[in-house]
Amino acid sequence: MTTLTDPQPESFRLSMLINDTRYRAYTFQFIALLAIIFCISLLGRNLVTNLEQRGLTLSFDFLGNPAGYDINQRPLEYSNNDSHLRASLIGIINTLIVAALGCVTATIFGVFAGVLRLSNNWLVAKLMAVYVEAFRNVPVLIWILIIFFIMIAATPPPSAFRGDDPSASMLFDAIAITNRGVYIPWVQFSNGFESIPIIPPVFDDPTRFSFFGLFNINVTVWLVLFALGGGIYAAIQAGKYIKANNVEVFALLPAFVRLLVYAIIAFTPFVIVYSLFLNVNGSQPATSLRFSLSLNLIVILLVLLLGLYVSRLIRDWADKTQEQTGERPTVWYWRLGVVFVPLILIFYLLGAYLDYPALRGFNFAGGLTIRGSLIALWFALAIYTGAFIAENVRAGIQAISKGQTEAAASLGLRPGRIMNLVILPQALRVIIPPLISQYLNLTKNSSLAIAVGYMDVTGTLGGITQNQTGRAIESVLLLMIFYLTISLSISLFMNIYNNSVKLKER
Amino acid sequence: MSDTHAQSVAFVRNTEIPPSLPPDTEGGVIKWVRENLFPNVLSGILTIVALYFIIRLSIFVVPWIWNGVWGADSLTNCREVLGGKTGACFSVITDRWHQLLFGAAYPRDLFFLSTMTGVPVADLVTPGGVRENTNFFQEFFFGYWRPVLAFVLLFVAIAPVLFSELPRKMLITTAIYPFAAFWLVWGGSLWVPVTILASLAIAYFAYSFVVNRSFFLGALSFLAVLILLLFDPIAMLINAAEFGRNSLAFLGWQRAENALPWVTVMEQNYPWLMNIFPLNAHVVEGLSTISSVSLASVPSRELGGFMLNMILGTVCVSLSLPLGILLALGRQSNLPLIKWVCVIFIEFIRGVPLITLLFVANVVLAYFLPPESNPDLIIRVMIMITLFASAYIAEVVRGGLAALPRGQYEAADSLGLEYAQAMRLIILPQALKISIPGIVNVAVGLFKDTTLVSIISMFDLVGLIRGPILASTDWNGVYWELFGFAALLFFVICYAISQYSQWLERKLQTGHR
Amino acid sequence: MKKTIFLGTLTAVGLVAGAAAAGTLDDVKARGTLNCGVVTGLAGFGAPDANGQWQGFDVSVCRAVAAAVFGDPTAVEFIPTTGKTRFTALASGEIDMLARNTTWTFSRDVDLKFEFIGINYYDGQGFMVPASLGVSSAKELNGATVCIQTGTTTELNLADFFEENNLEYEPVPIETNAEAQQQYLAGACDVYTTDASGLAATRATFENPDDHIILPEIVSKEPLGPLVRHGDPEWGDVVRWTLNALIAAEELGVTSANVAELAEGTENPEVNRLLGSEGNLGEMLGLEADWAKNAIMANGNYGEIFEKNIGENTPIGLARGLNAQWTEGGLIYSPPFR
Repeated sequence: MTTLTDPQPESFRLSMLINDTRYRAYTFQFIALLAIIFCISLLGRNLVTNLEQRGLTLSFDFLGNPAGYDINQRPLEYSNNDSHLRASLIGIINTLIVAALGCVTATIFGVFAGVLRLSNNWLVAKLMAVYVEAFRNVPVLIWILIIFFIMIAATPPPSAFRGDDPSASMLFDAIAITNRGVYIPWVQFSNGFESIPIIPPVFDDPTRFSFFGLFNINVTVWLVLFALGGGIYAAIQAGKYIKANNVEVFALLPAFVRLLVYAIIAFTPFVIVYSLFLNVNGSQPATSLRFSLSLNLIVILLVLLLGLYVSRLIRDWADKTQEQTGERPTVWYWRLGVVFVPLILIFYLLGAYLDYPALRGFNFAGGLTIRGSLIALWFALAIYTGAFIAENVRAGIQAISKGQTEAAASLGLRPGRIMNLVILPQALRVIIPPLISQYLNLTKNSSLAIAVGYMDVTGTLGGITQNQTGRAIESVLLLMIFYLTISLSISLFMNIYNNSVKLKER
Repeated sequence: MSDTHAQSVAFVRNTEIPPSLPPDTEGGVIKWVRENLFPNVLSGILTIVALYFIIRLSIFVVPWIWNGVWGADSLTNCREVLGGKTGACFSVITDRWHQLLFGAAYPRDLFFLSTMTGVPVADLVTPGGVRENTNFFQEFFFGYWRPVLAFVLLFVAIAPVLFSELPRKMLITTAIYPFAAFWLVWGGSLWVPVTILASLAIAYFAYSFVVNRSFFLGALSFLAVLILLLFDPIAMLINAAEFGRNSLAFLGWQRAENALPWVTVMEQNYPWLMNIFPLNAHVVEGLSTISSVSLASVPSRELGGFMLNMILGTVCVSLSLPLGILLALGRQSNLPLIKWVCVIFIEFIRGVPLITLLFVANVVLAYFLPPESNPDLIIRVMIMITLFASAYIAEVVRGGLAALPRGQYEAADSLGLEYAQAMRLIILPQALKISIPGIVNVAVGLFKDTTLVSIISMFDLVGLIRGPILASTDWNGVYWELFGFAALLFFVICYAISQYSQWLERKLQTGHR
Repeated sequence: MKKTIFLGTLTAVGLVAGAAAAGTLDDVKARGTLNCGVVTGLAGFGAPDANGQWQGFDVSVCRAVAAAVFGDPTAVEFIPTTGKTRFTALASGEIDMLARNTTWTFSRDVDLKFEFIGINYYDGQGFMVPASLGVSSAKELNGATVCIQTGTTTELNLADFFEENNLEYEPVPIETNAEAQQQYLAGACDVYTTDASGLAATRATFENPDDHIILPEIVSKEPLGPLVRHGDPEWGDVVRWTLNALIAAEELGVTSANVAELAEGTENPEVNRLLGSEGNLGEMLGLEADWAKNAIMANGNYGEIFEKNIGENTPIGLARGLNAQWTEGGLIYSPPFR
């Protein structure tokens, strides 16, 4: 019998740090660590020296000073006496608005163009090819400018609606399309509730930590942010743990209770830290973050949700009846009724009426205004990104084997149904990953808004605020943090969605 | 059977009828139109909508281009010529084409232009900028021969990379091209690019000498030779020492604070030592005394127009390739520290818009660099765009690495190859090959994004249009012609590249459909 | 030792921030060129022409300073800056001086640590409207859409003006004059507002300038002037007194045509001191004795620069107004050369 003996454990020699693969990894990482520390300290030291020489400091205090400029598109209440922080917040919301609108519209354009490019209609296919190639191969900045110019030139100014014999007239007497924007009727409530102003409570006199006299670090803010981040991280980890170990008790709980548990894990540390530093007497930062809650909207949403829930209960009842008796009771009018009757009732009770835009003074007033700069940017981004999405859609459809189409056709499906029921659901799996990066690109490209005068966050924080205060480093830093957060959130959510539609393989 | 009937039945035809034409609806234009434009109701409606759209567009565009004015010297003049008709004012392009293509102030080679056209130099320089004595082609090919030649050579240099059928020896032109193009565009002494090229060749020689022992040592010796020849190792050492001293003083070590700066010590005691490096500068000086081959030097601030977009695009893509490959390898690495550094870098860069990185280049980077250095804006922008592109290229290459079958990695391991060898000889050649279409897409996207430098006050094609040209009293108010011209230039280049990419994809497509 | 730009940059990147830099004047002299920050393109004030030569009112100040330091008005690198990048370019040392329509305000002077060395143009923000609108005063603009060219302090003045008069308005901020002008002409805004000088320049290029009127209200004070970094008084003095020399030259009747002759020596002791034939003013500044002569030779005196770039005989067509010499009822005034 032969026995395998372990080789004698070698004693550690210094040369093993380079020659032995077991230790070499540590050597490399150690060298890399040193190099990183060196680079960071080099840059940090340069920064400190440069700022010192010019007698400048890094400080975010300018965010609390009055901004002094006006913004035309104000999703929240804002005046020029508000702070730079508030102006940045308005900019952030404007960015999110144009990004959301753009993503939806780009998807519609992209799917249409991608499908039509494969159509057997020669003219339409060629036209779509021209569209895709023209937009893919010219810089987005040039397209934004060109589309903006077209919009200004092709639509009439409000003055064209004036006078006895106006050269332009409103669509259906309700919608005015001008080169300043589109004015549409909007719901108003004569009998509605007052909005509730909400001022988020602010931290107690922030503890400041001065970093070599150059950076003023607001310790409280960081603590709160860390608590929030840590809580969310803990919730994600808990979710992973529960999934991995298949905790049975948890699975028995109803969905909303499970959600509640996660929410508690995520937000408890934040709430605790936040309340520790709470200061009820709000000051500047607090009023910068104020917003108002529309009770009307909440009531309507509640009624709608309730109606949908009851409608679902009716459907479940109908399903059950069908399973038991084999006959499905006719419930569609019930289901429509429980949603719409209370909704119409609540609109009536709130005194809803349509506010029509009308020419008053220099401009149209009343109704809802969608400004020209928003339309131009929205349309430009959508049509540009749409060209890329069209290519992704086309590639996705072409990736599906021809056999699938033939199989579906042999089942007797019509071409439209083949596309909707067989091809697109499969193509979706190929399309979604590149779609995510197109959404990210669109959001990032929205930073070119300033070219058309749309006040997004690059226009406020990275534009006029930076221009007026001269605080370049701070503004650019905040700007990058904002875009990074947005990008990471979009890719997180889209990856979750992608995982849910992904082919489940066992 | 038919034979019998042929004789017996009178009404059976025994000759063949000549083939008749298909009915009108089943052939020619009508068939094509019916099948391709009106196969069903929905499609027919689409066709009509599309036709309406095309006709509406051409009603605007055709007369506008047809009536275009080419020779006027200002917009006011254009309007007079048109006399109220709709029409383009293309004169702005004939007046300012040299700025649109080469930048606001890129100098013409007057001597060469004068030699080739026979027009005396004095007549070429007219105060108003109107090029009266020469025509467009003479100006373009003789006046601006340097950037034009660099552009033409670009195709020669890039061809062997793009088309694998070409002989591999042509790759030498690719290696030489950056230096030739640098010399042509920036000018200066020929010896500068030549000595840098020679230093690189020597460093490569050193590398290939050592690489058989270990790739790590090879890379080290490459760097060492390069530093010795092109940089100033003594200054680097002094700086490192200085940095250490400053850091100690910063942390409160009194003695370090009071010590004399190293630079002063060295300058006082060993002045000759401070002048040895960089060796390359001495060689250039020496060669220049023997024979000075040089072109008029052009400061980088005078580069502009479409040429600036081309330079930024090509330089940044080529620099970002090696960086992107390293990042992709780093992201796949087993070493957690290196992996996380790469992940954070890539995700950070991909998460922010290029415009914020350009703001960094323009307004922030200056604070992070040593005060005396202050590199040109164009170099700072190149650094940021290269970092930007490398993150995207890293993701493409990572896709290529992931697409390789696991067996390739295992095969390399089983041959006993170490990491560097396995990557260099087995993995990367295959991974890069399948990543080429993706890399080309990144390159096209990046080339288009170079127009964003106009927002940070650089005079690229868009910057020139929005800045000096639209601000001049002559051309204030001309938009469509200028932006149309810019769009056309970009379209031509990008469309050509994307067609190449599609061709390549088809060629690499070995799967079955 | 001669290093190429390329190598210089390569080695420089490896350097560490060292001791405080020498004075700007020494740096400029050592470099051999003046780095002057200018606007990316504003008719009459600064833009490269068809030959790439920078021309304009602000540009001339840069040339005069270069001439005073080097005796050569072409020894200047023009570095285009936008509203956002100008201050950092100056603070980081990329440019030695900024001559770009920049308003002298308290916070820029004190908080951003810059030194405004004088005023070369007194401007104010005005409004332009189409004549067909039937408006004769800015106070009738309630509810109007206003195109603003962002950049100086325009947005802030506008907000102040409308708030003060209790008027509503809709701001449309636009980055470049060309785009703002296009929106205005298409009727996408009722009013165009920017510095009055810019309005006049823009109106001059319209197809029908008479269809547009500039309203009488000037809603702000916009003292525009060159600026340098805080903390380097010697360099500040060089730029300040170069500008003053141009202004004093006009007052004393020194022009580019007669400066060479007058520099030989005249009856007027102040002219002699200015042009260096008497006293040692140049030496005090750390410059040659004929510094002011060179500065005036470069583009002429203040009045000549004004007339050549933005005066009434140019397409811009601005009257001197506030920018006339103090002796003629304006505000342009130089301290004595003594």
